[in-house]
Amino acid sequence: MRVTMTVNGTEYSREVEPRLLLIHFLRDDLGLTGSHWGCDTSNCGACVVLLDETPVKSCTMLTPMAAGRRVTTVEGLGHGARLDPVQLGFQRCHGLQCGFCTPGMMLTARWLLDRNPQPTEADVREAISGQICRCTGYENIVRSVLWTARHEAGAGD
Amino acid sequence: MTDTLNPAGDGAYGSIPRKEDARLVRGQGTFLDDITLPGMLHGAILRSPLAHARIVSVDAAPALAHPRVEAVLTGADLAERGLAWMPTLSADVQAVLATDKVRFQGQEVAFVVARDRYAARDALELISVEYEPLPPVIDVTTAMDPAAPVVRDDLPGTTSNHIFDWAAGDKAAANAVFARADVTVGCDMIYPRSHPAPLETCGIVADFDAVTGRLTVYATTQAPHAHRTLLAMVTGLPEHKIRVVSPDLGGGFGNKVPVYPGYLCAIAASMTVGRPVKWMEDRSENLMSTTFARDYHMHGEMAATADGTILGLRAKVLADHGAFNATAQPAKFPAGFFHIFTGSYDLQAAYCEVTGVYTNKAPGGVAYSCSFRITEAVYLVERLTDMLARRLGMDPAELRMRNLLRPEQFPYTCPTGWQYDSGDYPRALALALEIAGYDDLRREQAERRARGEYMGIGISFFTEGVGAGPRAHMDILGLGMADGADLRVHPTGKAVLAISVQTQGQGHETTFAQIVAHELGLTPDDVEVVHGDTDRTPFGLGTYGSRSTPVSGAAAVVAARRVRERARAVAAAMLELSADDLEWTDGKWRVRGDPEQAAGIAEIAMAAHSSLELPDGVEGHLDASAVYNPPNLTFPFGAYVCVTDVDPATGEVKVRRFIAVDDCGVRINPMIVEGQVHRGIADGIGMALMQSIAFDTAGNCLGGSFMDYLLPTALECPSPELGATVTPSPHHPIGAKGVGESATVGSPAAVVNSVVDALAPLGVVHADMPLTPACVWRAIQGRPIRPDLALS
Repeated sequence: MRVTMTVNGTEYSREVEPRLLLIHFLRDDLGLTGSHWGCDTSNCGACVVLLDETPVKSCTMLTPMAAGRRVTTVEGLGHGARLDPVQLGFQRCHGLQCGFCTPGMMLTARWLLDRNPQPTEADVREAISGQICRCTGYENIVRSVLWTARHEAGAGD
Repeated sequence: MTDTLNPAGDGAYGSIPRKEDARLVRGQGTFLDDITLPGMLHGAILRSPLAHARIVSVDAAPALAHPRVEAVLTGADLAERGLAWMPTLSADVQAVLATDKVRFQGQEVAFVVARDRYAARDALELISVEYEPLPPVIDVTTAMDPAAPVVRDDLPGTTSNHIFDWAAGDKAAANAVFARADVTVGCDMIYPRSHPAPLETCGIVADFDAVTGRLTVYATTQAPHAHRTLLAMVTGLPEHKIRVVSPDLGGGFGNKVPVYPGYLCAIAASMTVGRPVKWMEDRSENLMSTTFARDYHMHGEMAATADGTILGLRAKVLADHGAFNATAQPAKFPAGFFHIFTGSYDLQAAYCEVTGVYTNKAPGGVAYSCSFRITEAVYLVERLTDMLARRLGMDPAELRMRNLLRPEQFPYTCPTGWQYDSGDYPRALALALEIAGYDDLRREQAERRARGEYMGIGISFFTEGVGAGPRAHMDILGLGMADGADLRVHPTGKAVLAISVQTQGQGHETTFAQIVAHELGLTPDDVEVVHGDTDRTPFGLGTYGSRSTPVSGAAAVVAARRVRERARAVAAAMLELSADDLEWTDGKWRVRGDPEQAAGIAEIAMAAHSSLELPDGVEGHLDASAVYNPPNLTFPFGAYVCVTDVDPATGEVKVRRFIAVDDCGVRINPMIVEGQVHRGIADGIGMALMQSIAFDTAGNCLGGSFMDYLLPTALECPSPELGATVTPSPHHPIGAKGVGESATVGSPAAVVNSVVDALAPLGVVHADMPLTPACVWRAIQGRPIRPDLALS
């Protein structure tokens, strides 16, 4: 079947099997390998992308379900050559080690900060609690998001 | 970006941001499944649904008829090529594709190659396998009963499930101190089966070129050179025709050390069909078939005087190695480094015995940041220390402080033979107690207990031995555990360091650049680190057991110092002086007595490549290589304090605080060190409270997905409170020790000690991990639980 959706601002129209998972469409058909696959069961969140504005686990969504929607992946998080402040925050605060969960974590962080520009630590932990990181113990991810919030509010370090 | 209390004023190289991050935050890393080669096919593995069964027949013809399937391999097909079995890292063999029996649920039976990954999965459904079920061996405690079915009847002469007996220490001396001890405590304790579960699963792209005879393998491997050698031994391909590339790894933690059957299937398939073949396992395959960790069933005993002097230790261990003995550790140590179980205490005698057995479970055992089974050892001694404190009515911190090794005892040879290189243990414990506010915590606990609330304070102190290892004692498959480093300095003074170890997130591209920059007066930006490609890097055994900095880091230092010496001769020619007139200070060769006259590496490098006339014997250029054979392990240590609150009605445990003081010698990048400690604390909380790969009586794996194998999220992990002391290693060239596994090794005991401390008023003296609400509740009821089995 033919599916049309907008990914990172570009409209794509492709012939796909109805059962094709969105994560595989993004990675294998569009070559956007920044989103990762980690578990099959919606537990790990390595595959999180934004559907319109909302984080979804793209391993548990069929490609046709995203027809006509806007999808944002890590490749669309920055603004041209300029990194999104969330990406700066993760670099600045050592919010990543292996980097496998990072794209999903950053997209959820962007979603959180767009809705709640001044989150508490508990807000951040709650927001990322559906995603797993095996490297950081989450501490520096939380710090990265809080740094980004301060940065976007114009505060210094 | 470091907020360790008492930060290093002690030679740390600096918390600079990581070079790796620029690509990773943009989603531009290259992980295994991101690799697509022209004409590439996709493999999928048919796995056994049964734990133990004889294979009567395999009919793959319907799968071959699938329009998108290119090939199917069965055990019989591999047997024709001599590839049905492969050597393990522990002198055993493991089935690549089963030919006679299946020996664990999830074992590899057939391999389908198709044009896309969905078709490969579809075709698995078309293969018919007839099994004759056999009674499985699941409970390790009865695996050696004479009536137990024999798992490994493929091994000639094998009539039982016994693998090995191994012992360390002095049995008679240990028995003697137990005989004269005022007090002894003892306990059965299980360190349950766990799994490293890196977020990226294991996979391979195998690309065999029949024209050149070259095999290129992109694989999730922590040890690319060791894998190349092993692949040469198994496939018969000449080693110089094999190239192993390890791209960005999405974590490893030991899971990516072994060669797995799927790798060999993909290689065999690529050789068969003449096209590249990718195989990427799914999460269930990862959890059910790749190397697990722990599964130690221990009985420990501690002897002491009435005033709290620990005299001795004994331990007897039953080790469940699964269906194939595929543990990954130095060959002479079948129980890993478990016999470092005397821990951090000044005791007189110790003895341990370990028996390894086969069961119908996935193979493995040494993985998951355990430092070759030191986490099992630390858990045993630290649980026993808490039991002893309770028996004596002593505070567990005071008991530890009384028995810790003293700084003047180093280098210290422990009763089982390890020579600890350096340490100041009382300082680390005192700092941890200070950060925790220990006395206030005990006061708070007393107040809460008076109100009927259950608050726990748990301490653990650990000593690790990491950086395997001296080649006289340590090898894997006959390969000594030394690592090479090649350092090239280009004419403009920019350097490329090629190393044998493989980061899985530890940040080698940054820290190794810092090491070289520090030695040569360059900036880390001047140094590019090449790794993960056997064609571009020197031989070495890879990254596991916290060995990168102790071994490969040392090789980088030695290579850099050789470059520096070469530069000295060139600088002398440049300055028209004798090399003896120069001294290396502040990053340059300077004239003694006239330090303004100086040459840095960049100008020396240009001169070394120029037409400058050099003295006889000076070759020009500055490149140098080194192979580092460590004289000893390094012995990092630390003191941890965990504060928990337990709800006795539900059994729920909340980790309120976690304090960690780590001493890993000189810290190259304190930010990265702290990140490693954060991870290990999360591991410890996960292992103590959540993670377990259990089985039912039929051998069905009950931890085969992230719905069942629970990993900690941001809600279970507290904000760690870190401290540091720095006791340099005397034998490492920059005084560093490994730290990648310290917190994983040391933290589970602190969590369990804390929970048991919380429940002390209810009479609980021990409960086995994982301390899930159900397990805690049962412990409160005084009812037994076997966390490794769905039995009670």
